[in-house]
Amino acid sequence: MKQKTLESWSPWILLVATILIWQGLCSAFQVSEFIFPSPWRIAVQTIEYRDVIAGHAWRTYWVTMAGFGIAIVVGVLLGFVIGSSRLAYSAVYPLMTAFNALPKAAFVPILVVWFGIGIGPAILTAFLISFFPIMVNIATGLATLEPELEDVLRVLGAKRWDVLVKVGLPRSMPYFYGSLKVAITLAFVGTTVSEMTAANEGIGYLLISAGSAMQMGLAFSGLVVVGAMAMVMYELFSYIEKHTTGWAHRGSQNE
Amino acid sequence: MTSPNFVDFQNVWLAYNDELLAENHFAVEDINLQVKQGEFIAIVGPSGCGKSTFMKLTTGLKMPSKGRILVDGAPVTGPLKISGMAFQASSLLPWRTTLDNVLLPLEIVEPFRSNFKQKRAEYEARAIQLLQTVGLAGYERKFPWQLSGGMQQRASICRALIHEPKMLLLDEPFGALDAFTREELWCILRDLWTAQKFNVILVTHDLRESVFLADTVYVMSKSPGRFVVKRDIDLPRPRDLEITYTPEFTNIVHELRGHIGAMRQTSAVTPP
Repeated sequence: MKQKTLESWSPWILLVATILIWQGLCSAFQVSEFIFPSPWRIAVQTIEYRDVIAGHAWRTYWVTMAGFGIAIVVGVLLGFVIGSSRLAYSAVYPLMTAFNALPKAAFVPILVVWFGIGIGPAILTAFLISFFPIMVNIATGLATLEPELEDVLRVLGAKRWDVLVKVGLPRSMPYFYGSLKVAITLAFVGTTVSEMTAANEGIGYLLISAGSAMQMGLAFSGLVVVGAMAMVMYELFSYIEKHTTGWAHRGSQNE
Repeated sequence: MTSPNFVDFQNVWLAYNDELLAENHFAVEDINLQVKQGEFIAIVGPSGCGKSTFMKLTTGLKMPSKGRILVDGAPVTGPLKISGMAFQASSLLPWRTTLDNVLLPLEIVEPFRSNFKQKRAEYEARAIQLLQTVGLAGYERKFPWQLSGGMQQRASICRALIHEPKMLLLDEPFGALDAFTREELWCILRDLWTAQKFNVILVTHDLRESVFLADTVYVMSKSPGRFVVKRDIDLPRPRDLEITYTPEFTNIVHELRGHIGAMRQTSAVTPP
């Protein structure tokens, strides 16, 4: 019991310890605020500019969610097609892997040409960077179906569609939720990177403008806010995952 | 015209693909087999002799390369909807409760499929009844992974029987269980079969199991997969577990063992 309490508090303890050491080092060596601001300074600036930060954070949040939403739809559909047809799998998979290897930041200038400065490039970058893990996981879940499970249904005269709906999809749900946790953090990366060069709003823009104005405390609070948003969304999907697909995590749950 | 034979294999050969067919390499060769309505047959043989292939032919999951298969008087042209199947692995779906797993065939097979939503309560009662007969009362709402191996296998057999199939196919269903659980399940299967008289095709490599349960035991040889011996088991029914300790029973097991032993020796002398 004690071990468990410690485990659940451990991330907070580590966070507090890190902040204390950081603060201690900054104070002890009197590090310049323009080089490496102390947590205190970051906190002060966060509160001072809270309205500005909140505005940019909200923008980054909904842009990321829009991109992520598209990524879920496209990722699930593509994954479904690839996972349920062997021909589609062998045709699409190599190309997708090659595409995934491209740095998504490199797409931003192209997207700017097509859609101009603003939400277009940011949403699309978030989408491009995050649909791949969703697609791969759905496809893997469907493609690795045990032949016995399939035979049990096929003996009964089940159509391909029955097998997919009754077995394939439920079976790939844990893979799907697992991929959402990865994809949401990637989506925030995509949005922020895109906003740094192709937007006049959002945390990415805030980082660049604060940096060029030597407002290091503000730049750092921008980073903290993105990190916090990604963390919250990650925990949300983690919670949904545990409560919908508990059967796949039984080892860690029933003790 | 109704033939007395429920399953009728006429010179059936199967190669798994066209290349193997061209090389005359068959998984099973020249199978002739007639199973009467309600007969319980067992197929024994060394591993890799094509027992599971035989099952796939019977259910229509695979089509023969040569020959003809008739089931219930009609040629088999695709997966049959009148059969239920259980394997060595229980292959229950972990996201469904035991009850929902047993109900699965009713969501697929007509006529249950069309009225599944309206008659759900009735079907559930039927599934619970069936689970009771195999000793799983009270476990309906548990998930398969909360059950022991033997219980999972019972649930798996219930799932194979819920839609009242005319034919039950069992592919080493008790292979992974301990000896006591296995004998318990033999009796459960015996009772279910006695009550409902469906056809059973049991694939196993446990000779005692085959002699205890079946009316007829077929011995299969390995590469090529052929039926080499047909042995009628004339032990009186109903059979009790005690019968497995009688000399008559042991003699039959010995005799079958002899066939398999002889097969092994010949195949050692003449490698394929």
